[in-house]
Amino acid sequence: MSSQDEADIVACIPSLRRYARGLTADRDRADDLVQDTMERAWSRFTLWQRRGEVRAWTFGIMHNLFIDQVRARRSKPEQSAIEVFPDAPERATQSDRLEVQDLERVLQRLAPEQREVLLLVGVEEMSYAEVARVVGVPLGTVMSRLSRARERLRAELQGREMISKIQRVK
Amino acid sequence: MGKIKLTPPTGATPITEADLHAYADHQLSAARRAEVDEFLNARPDDRRRVQDWQQQNLSMRSLLNPVFDEPLPLRLPLRPVAIEWPWRSLAAGFAIAVVSASSAWLARGSLDQNAAQLAARTAAPFYAYNDGALSGFARRAAVAHVVYSPDIKRPVEVGADQEQQLVTWLSKRLGTEVKAPTLQSVGYELIGGRLLPGDAGPVAQFMYHDSTGQRLTLYVTREVPKQSGQPETAFRFGKDGPVNVFYWVDKSFGYAISGGSNRDELMRVSKEVYRQLGQS
Repeated sequence: MSSQDEADIVACIPSLRRYARGLTADRDRADDLVQDTMERAWSRFTLWQRRGEVRAWTFGIMHNLFIDQVRARRSKPEQSAIEVFPDAPERATQSDRLEVQDLERVLQRLAPEQREVLLLVGVEEMSYAEVARVVGVPLGTVMSRLSRARERLRAELQGREMISKIQRVK
Repeated sequence: MGKIKLTPPTGATPITEADLHAYADHQLSAARRAEVDEFLNARPDDRRRVQDWQQQNLSMRSLLNPVFDEPLPLRLPLRPVAIEWPWRSLAAGFAIAVVSASSAWLARGSLDQNAAQLAARTAAPFYAYNDGALSGFARRAAVAHVVYSPDIKRPVEVGADQEQQLVTWLSKRLGTEVKAPTLQSVGYELIGGRLLPGDAGPVAQFMYHDSTGQRLTLYVTREVPKQSGQPETAFRFGKDGPVNVFYWVDKSFGYAISGGSNRDELMRVSKEVYRQLGQS
C-alpha cells in the first residue's frame, strides 16, 4: 500500500464520522461504526485493488456494517423500539438549536435505508451513481428511497411547524 | 422508481421526479437544468418542494458538520496495523510457500507452525503424499489461489509485462530476494503477481497459465516458524476442495503451488520450480 493510498483513506475519516453520526444520532455508536469501518478498510486494503474510488469503497464498508447492525436490531424488537426513537429530553434545548434537534429526531424515524441515501446525497454530496455503488442497489432504488425520505421529512417537519405555531398562539 | 407523469412544457424530454431531485442536488447538466427551471417556473408547488429539499440538505449539514470539529477518538486506526508488525525482525526460520489453496491468510496463528513442522519433520523423501487437510501457509496459499485465479480482469496486481518491477517490488516488501521462476519449459507462462497479507506480514503470489488458460499460483512466504536448525525440504501434497497444493519448506522459505490440475501435473511443475530455486 502506498502512502498516497493510506492518505486517501485517512482523508475519508471526517466525512465517515459525519455520516455515521447522521445514521445513528449517537456519538458512541457513530465512533464505533467509524472504528469498525477503518479496521475493516485496513485489513482488506490489498483485496481492494482500486476497483473504485476510495470514498465509495470506505463508505460501502460502513454501509455493510451499519446494515448488519440494523438487521441485528430488527431481530430484537424490544431493543429497537428504544433505540430507534431516542428520548428528546436528553438533547440540548436552546431555542436556536430546536429546529436542528427536531431534524435529528425526524431523521432517526426514517427507515435506515432511506436515511442512508438521504445523507449520502444531501450531506456527503455524492452523485446518485456513487450512492448506488456504496449502498449496492440499482439507481432507480436510490431515487425512490431519496424521494420517499424527502417527502417524509417534509411532512414531519411541516407538522412540527404547525404544532409550534399553534403553541405560540396559545 | 415512481416517475411522476408530467406534461412536458415543449416537445422536450419529459421532466421526471428524478429530474427534480437532480435539480435540487445540482446533478443536472446546464442544458437540462435550464429545462427544469422553465418547468418549475410554471409550477410553484413543485418549485416549493424542490426548495424544501434543498433546505433539508442545508439543515442536515448544519446538524452534522460540527462533527468535523470534534477530536478524533484515540483508538481510531489511522494506518494499516499489519505494516507495523515486526515481520522484518523475524529471523531466518521463515519460508516462502509456492502452492495455493483456498482460505489462506484468513486463518491465523498456529496453523503455520503445524505446516512447518510437518514439512520440516520429513526430511528424507523428496516428496511425501499427504492427502489430509491443509494447514498453515499451504492452506493460505490454497485460499489465495481460489480467490484470485478465477478473476478475469484483475488476476494480478502487477503484470508479467513489468516483471522486473514486480520482482523488485515483491523482494523489497518481503525483505529478501524473490524470483518468479520461468516455467515455459513445463508449459506455463507468467501472468504476474501480487503482494498478500500472510499471518504476520507480506507474502508473494505469482500466477501462471498454460495454453488452455488453466491457472496455477506460486505462493512464497517467509512465515515458517523457526525450527531447531534443520532446513529440510520435503514435498508435501494436500488438497482443499478442488484445489490441489504441493508445498515445501526450503532454506527458511515456504513455497506452495496451487492449481486445479491433477497431482501429477502439479508435481511436474513443482519439481521445476524447486530445481530453479535450488540454483539461485
